[in-house]
Amino acid sequence: MTAMDTKTLAGEIKAIANTEDNRRTRLINVVRKVQLSYGHVSQEMVGMIAEALGIERVEVEGVVSFYHFLSGKPVGRFPVYLNTSAVSEMMGMSEVADAFEKAAGIRFGETSGDGLFSLQYTSCIGMNDQEPAALVGGVPFTSLTAERATEIITALKSGNTPAELVEKYGYGDGNNANELVRSMVNNNLRKRGDILFGERENGAAIRKAVAMTPDEVITEVKTSKLRGRGGAGFPTGMKWDFCRRAESEKHFVFCNADEGEPGTFTNRVMLTEIPDLVFEGMTVAGYAIGSHKGILYLREEYIYLLEYLEDVLEKRRQAGLLGKAVAGRKGFDFDIRIQPGAGAYICGEESALINSSEGKRGEPRDRPPFPVVSGYMGHPTLVNNVETLAAAARVIEQGGEWFASYGSGESSGTKLLSISGDCQKPGVYELPMGMTVRVALQVVGAQDAAAVQVGGPSGTFIGEEHFDRKICYDDLGTGGAMMVFGPRRDILETVLNFARFFEDESCGWCVPCRVGTGLMHAKIKKIMAGNGTRTDLEEMESWGRSIAAASRCGLGQSAANPELTTLANFRKVYEERIKEDEYLTGFDLERAVEDACEATGRTAIHE
Amino acid sequence: MMTSEKITFYIDEIECTATQGQSILEAADENGVYIPRLCHQPDLLPGGSCRVCTVSANGRNQAACTTPVANDMIIENGSEEILDLRRAVIEMLFIEGNHYCPMCERSGNCELQAIAYRLKILAPRFPFMFPSRKLDATHPGIFIDGNRCIQCGRCVRAAQQIDKKPILGFIGRGGAVRIKASSTEGLKGVDISPDDACVKACPVGAIIVKDTAYRKPIGERMFDKQPIGSEIEARRTS
Amino acid sequence: MAKPRIATTSLAGCFGCHMSVLDIDERILKLAELVDFDKSPINDIKRFSADCAVGLIEGGCCNDENVEILRAFRKRCKVLVAVGECALMGGLPAMRNGVPLKECLREAYLDGPSVVDGLIPADAELPLLLDQVYPCNEVVKIDYYLPGCPPSADLIWEALVALLTGNDADLPYELIKYD
Ligand SMILES: Cc1cc2nc3c(=O)[nH]c(=O)nc-3n(C[C@H](O)[C@H](O)[C@H](O)COP(=O)(O)O)c2cc1C
Ligand code: SF4
Ligand code: SF4
Ligand code: FES
Repeated sequence: MTAMDTKTLAGEIKAIANTEDNRRTRLINVVRKVQLSYGHVSQEMVGMIAEALGIERVEVEGVVSFYHFLSGKPVGRFPVYLNTSAVSEMMGMSEVADAFEKAAGIRFGETSGDGLFSLQYTSCIGMNDQEPAALVGGVPFTSLTAERATEIITALKSGNTPAELVEKYGYGDGNNANELVRSMVNNNLRKRGDILFGERENGAAIRKAVAMTPDEVITEVKTSKLRGRGGAGFPTGMKWDFCRRAESEKHFVFCNADEGEPGTFTNRVMLTEIPDLVFEGMTVAGYAIGSHKGILYLREEYIYLLEYLEDVLEKRRQAGLLGKAVAGRKGFDFDIRIQPGAGAYICGEESALINSSEGKRGEPRDRPPFPVVSGYMGHPTLVNNVETLAAAARVIEQGGEWFASYGSGESSGTKLLSISGDCQKPGVYELPMGMTVRVALQVVGAQDAAAVQVGGPSGTFIGEEHFDRKICYDDLGTGGAMMVFGPRRDILETVLNFARFFEDESCGWCVPCRVGTGLMHAKIKKIMAGNGTRTDLEEMESWGRSIAAASRCGLGQSAANPELTTLANFRKVYEERIKEDEYLTGFDLERAVEDACEATGRTAIHE
Repeated sequence: MMTSEKITFYIDEIECTATQGQSILEAADENGVYIPRLCHQPDLLPGGSCRVCTVSANGRNQAACTTPVANDMIIENGSEEILDLRRAVIEMLFIEGNHYCPMCERSGNCELQAIAYRLKILAPRFPFMFPSRKLDATHPGIFIDGNRCIQCGRCVRAAQQIDKKPILGFIGRGGAVRIKASSTEGLKGVDISPDDACVKACPVGAIIVKDTAYRKPIGERMFDKQPIGSEIEARRTS
Repeated sequence: MAKPRIATTSLAGCFGCHMSVLDIDERILKLAELVDFDKSPINDIKRFSADCAVGLIEGGCCNDENVEILRAFRKRCKVLVAVGECALMGGLPAMRNGVPLKECLREAYLDGPSVVDGLIPADAELPLLLDQVYPCNEVVKIDYYLPGCPPSADLIWEALVALLTGNDADLPYELIKYD
């Protein structure tokens, strides 16, 4: 770059930093904007951002190199991110990938010479009910076929925009056709329950809440027995109570819409169809814990909803449901901002989500202190899942007892399930807590299921003998994911996919997870290559247990679940694959001397 | 806050006392019980990254350096299960990097190696990864050998917390996390000197001050005769 | 009863570990009472004359000949011991593992600063280099490991005695060293 160019660029970057008030805590936002404007964040730009924000360049580089959708090298004007989730693979991802490569004339991992395209794989983008799916130029394209992939590339080459293509293919159902969304994504919302999708009136929950004391609101939530829908299942009322009681001049409410667990896509549908209910829940929570600020952490993959969601927020402000004196209640000022993510499964972990929102690498924090005591900027912070907050709003509107009358035992209410894979009607279902897997399978038309994966890669793999188990906190917990596998599927392919997922998504902070996920991935590959022995199975179990026992956060603690739960429930599948030898290695002498043969022009002669 | 309140807890059935608010590791140190650790350094905030200090506290595995000790807490530090977990973690560090001890400047004075000796590790159970790592030898007096870095973050924290100049940081994610100096020119481009806390913080042979190595003959180095942690254990009056 | 037989070999090693075996000094007489040496550079016996109880391996595998010898050892020895860092993890020779073989050859035989009239050796008599240097346990099953560069004579002695007498070796702290 010439001196003049550098100066112009520096000026532009400075201007971008200015849009975020040159705040260090907005580093992710700044870097995202730079990425969008220039297709990458070069070493030069790293320095300029660092200067504008008054921080060290390694902090900027640390962030750029942490997130999937940020890149130090130029990506194409239309970067293609093809989903590699297990269900995407099952539905024909590899043919689609081939078609993209052929049409764009490059391989995955490359950027085309004309700068138009780059091809990359990415972890689940939350479209398992319409796979294979990809983000192209930030726009989701779903139910891809090889022909479609070719057509997309050809059309973009000849000057079309992704938006024009989406219009041609037709918008999806419900609000996907909203003029601020205009997406071809389908909701596939196939069962609306009374709680989340019941009749309601905007603001009703807030008006009811502000007529109560915050303690009364919390008591109502406790009465409902509502527990966190994000996976861990912590009692929501208790969490609100802890946060309220933590002393500080400020409190924060976070809505966790990172939804990165492969196979989960309930948040996507809620944010498309009932965003008001979600924001209502955040506001009620804000009132209960004494907070003035809510933050919705929206994963980059759902950024196509951003404009629409901003509009919903604006309308709520106009209706007096956000802003000063919410719902007329003096002293209760509350507003919500949307924090975009930049691609990292780990950022769904609440303390990593907070770090990310402070503009840092999405590494989890040590606990204690828990976020309810010291979270965002050191203040008490409530982090709840999208569905938890929506349910909480309904609890306040209709009463805790009403809510508790749904579901079973300690698992009250309903649960949104996102069901995908080998079934006739993949999509989102609001079903009562505590229903059996078998019932769910009937509802989605998957009577011939051979295996079901509940809870995504970090969850449990079960076979037919477990189909009468219940989806609830005391038995099979799930943040929503349920993947169905027909009788002809190779379970180990899915285990391999999940193992790669965890290796890709480990934040790298702690040793057992950082190293162990790679070891587990290598082990399953060894077994699938026909080099597995009984020792490998034993080692896989024992290593898996060590990784779970020593890792710092939930990611590492559940990273070996794909192997451990399939070794427990589908041992036969492994036994059929291994050999009875005492020792086998993947070492292949002929392959190991190939390079030497080429370099010397010799041929290898081995017995 | 009742910060000075004394509490009682137990490590492998040894009765110990601590002050409310201390971490398990700090409290154990004061009571003369050694819990192996790599990423912890007393004058830095804990990092909780190496997991070598994992103990079972009231039946749950916890990192001793980040978990506050509690009254009546029952801690397992020496059970075969915990020892094996620690061995696994140490072995992971050996196979993850390129640790050619025979030619390392820090050999004999290295904390990673010393803990492996103490745990009597003969060879790692995991296959070696032989990663490709970089050497930053741009600086006249100091170099960083990425091959030996265990990503413990001590140098990063020392630079921030003691030297008050965040010149070192991590880049990348997962298995690709690497330590890096905050300059396009490498170490040469940052304000660093051999006396900085961040240089001294490195527990292994990753940050080395040039012209200082191999001064002590084999047999007289820090961990040749005395296992690591002996000085802590010496505090215990039996 | 016939004495148990021991075989030893140096693969991609420097013979340092073998020197360390000799370093057990006068205990070597005691060892000779306990065992018979089979194939080994120590006695210059080139072929196995019988199956052995113990095989001591120095060095990892950097070429196809190393692999073939190691495999033969695995066939003929009941127990295989990887002796020293190179056998255990590749050691110094494995420092090339981060660089593709062709690049190594080019640097060593063509582009290196001291090369005159460079040529990559391609004589059919030479063993073929492997793409990487492999620790022994990636090629065959290894039963025991003795770390060190070289492992001290005392460590080798303690371990051998334990092996031959069927006892567990309780190795003192000072004996476990990686350098
Ligand atoms: C690796 C990892 C990923 C997570 N991803 C999410 C997520 O995408 N959404 C979510 O709500 N919770 C996620 N969680 C759980 C959160 O840490 C936290 O428990 C949750 O947001 C709390 O909300 P809840 O109590 O309403 O469930 C994740 C946890 C881990 C360890
Ligand atoms: S368990 Fe994995 S994701 Fe969690 S802190 Fe450790 S390395 Fe990061
Ligand atoms: S350079 Fe040393 S102190 Fe810094 S992270 Fe690496 S091992 Fe730790
Ligand atoms: S010393 Fe506790 S995790 Fe490293």
